[in-house]
Amino acid sequence: MSDMLLALILTAIKSIALLVVLLICVAFILLADRKIWAAVQLRRGPNVVGPFGLLQSFADLLKFVFKEPIIPSGASKGIFLLAPLVTCILALAAWAVIPLQAGWAIANINVGVLYIFAISSLGVYGVIMAGWASNSKYPFLAALRCAAQMVSYEVSIGFVIITVLMCAGSLNLTAIVEAQNTRFGFLGWYWLPLLPMFVVFFVSALAETNRPPFDLMEAESELVAGFMVEYSSTPYMMFMLGEYVAVVTMCALTTIMFLGGWLSPIPFVPFTWIPGALWFVLKVCLVFFMFAMVKAMVPRYRYDQLMRLGWKVFLPISLAMVVIVAAVLQIFGWAPVGS
Amino acid sequence: MDFSFAFFYLFAAVLLGSAFMVVAARNPVHAVLFLILAFVNAAALFLLLSAEFLAMILIVVYVGAVAVLFLFVVMMLDVDFAELKQGFLQYLPIGALIGVLFLIELIAVASIIVTKGKIAGTPLAVNAVAQGARNISNVKAIGDVLYTTYVYYFEGAGLILLVAMIGAIVLTLHRREGVKRQNISAQNARTKLAAVELRKVPFRQGV
Repeated sequence: MSDMLLALILTAIKSIALLVVLLICVAFILLADRKIWAAVQLRRGPNVVGPFGLLQSFADLLKFVFKEPIIPSGASKGIFLLAPLVTCILALAAWAVIPLQAGWAIANINVGVLYIFAISSLGVYGVIMAGWASNSKYPFLAALRCAAQMVSYEVSIGFVIITVLMCAGSLNLTAIVEAQNTRFGFLGWYWLPLLPMFVVFFVSALAETNRPPFDLMEAESELVAGFMVEYSSTPYMMFMLGEYVAVVTMCALTTIMFLGGWLSPIPFVPFTWIPGALWFVLKVCLVFFMFAMVKAMVPRYRYDQLMRLGWKVFLPISLAMVVIVAAVLQIFGWAPVGS
Repeated sequence: MDFSFAFFYLFAAVLLGSAFMVVAARNPVHAVLFLILAFVNAAALFLLLSAEFLAMILIVVYVGAVAVLFLFVVMMLDVDFAELKQGFLQYLPIGALIGVLFLIELIAVASIIVTKGKIAGTPLAVNAVAQGARNISNVKAIGDVLYTTYVYYFEGAGLILLVAMIGAIVLTLHRREGVKRQNISAQNARTKLAAVELRKVPFRQGV
């Protein structure tokens, strides 16, 4: 009994530590996003609060928290306030299984990938609930659009995950990273053998997290803020936080599935001395940089084009790749013997 | 006796409560949200039985996909729930009958499992049975039988779903005349030569 209690307390401490670090990282990721966007457009970006604007996110946080939350009189109050909580908590919950290094996961569960997939498929509820509870037709329409988009791209993400699982032979995230540990270094990671899947996953991740060019749910220039129109102060901040945490989660998932997690890109001695967690963070930052560059460079998709891309391009490609990869693994006898 | 015992009662209580609220809630959207809560708690119960794969699939399929569409439909439809509730007493006997039937079947199944597991009396008996026979992961255990012993049933279920999907598409797809559709391949196949025509227009005569 005391062992269980100790384990429980230890898990709680680990979770809190991870959350604090994660949230601070997200604050800087948010700043990095704005800085990169500004740099591409030859602007300075936030540069007033703190040196180089480093404290901008914290200033924004204070601003959001001290403002008055306005709840529309016709809103369904409980659900209206539940929606941002759902978005935020689900986004954070995914980090319970992500291994930063061998053994550095709060819960090293057997079905880690499936857990993340399940959690991210629940993210759509925050959007629908917010759109409906606002009791206004604009948020509602935006929520419908957004939910349709998120559900569509989940399908291709699922198939991409299946191809990676077939190569790795396990649903455990740690095992997936270990399976990429070959003597070829970064050439042996799955981004190269599964290059089409990597591209499909990257684009689907953009769409799933509603990042530009697929940010039809909030499209500032046309919809104002989509399903979040009625939100202000802290509830709005929680949406934004949840969104960015989901983006970082997707970056981490890309890193684990395609970029070898905590593995060193060059498997020789001086590089393998560097702690794995550092490689992991560097790779996550690299993927996020690509996310940010896409945001800065690519114009927004039209809604029907977005749906066409999801259902008529990505779904057939990923489905075909599942069959092809399975066939190749079977014919050449490369299929891993899973545990 | 450990924490899983307490968690079992927690999840089971929330599951029953939210299942009751699905029926009792006045607002249809609230009812669907309670249904989702019930699904999630059922998944948590699967986890306690160390059936983690089933738990995740339950969430991905039912909560992540089916319930979303359910919520869509309920939100879009203009349902007058007060009117619906009026016939409630009329349907109550039939509903109660079905409920009792299900209860009897569940008790029958559960009693078989508990007596076969030889650990009668605790609600976690099934858990103990499942733990004892486990050396391989859940996913592999399911895959081993699903794609060998039960492959025809599995494929059959898949085909039924495929037919249902095609049926739904055929029912809703109607091509109307006079609607301009975007033909992507035709657009991409256009070249400068095919799309632009240069003409010499004589002065004061027009084309």
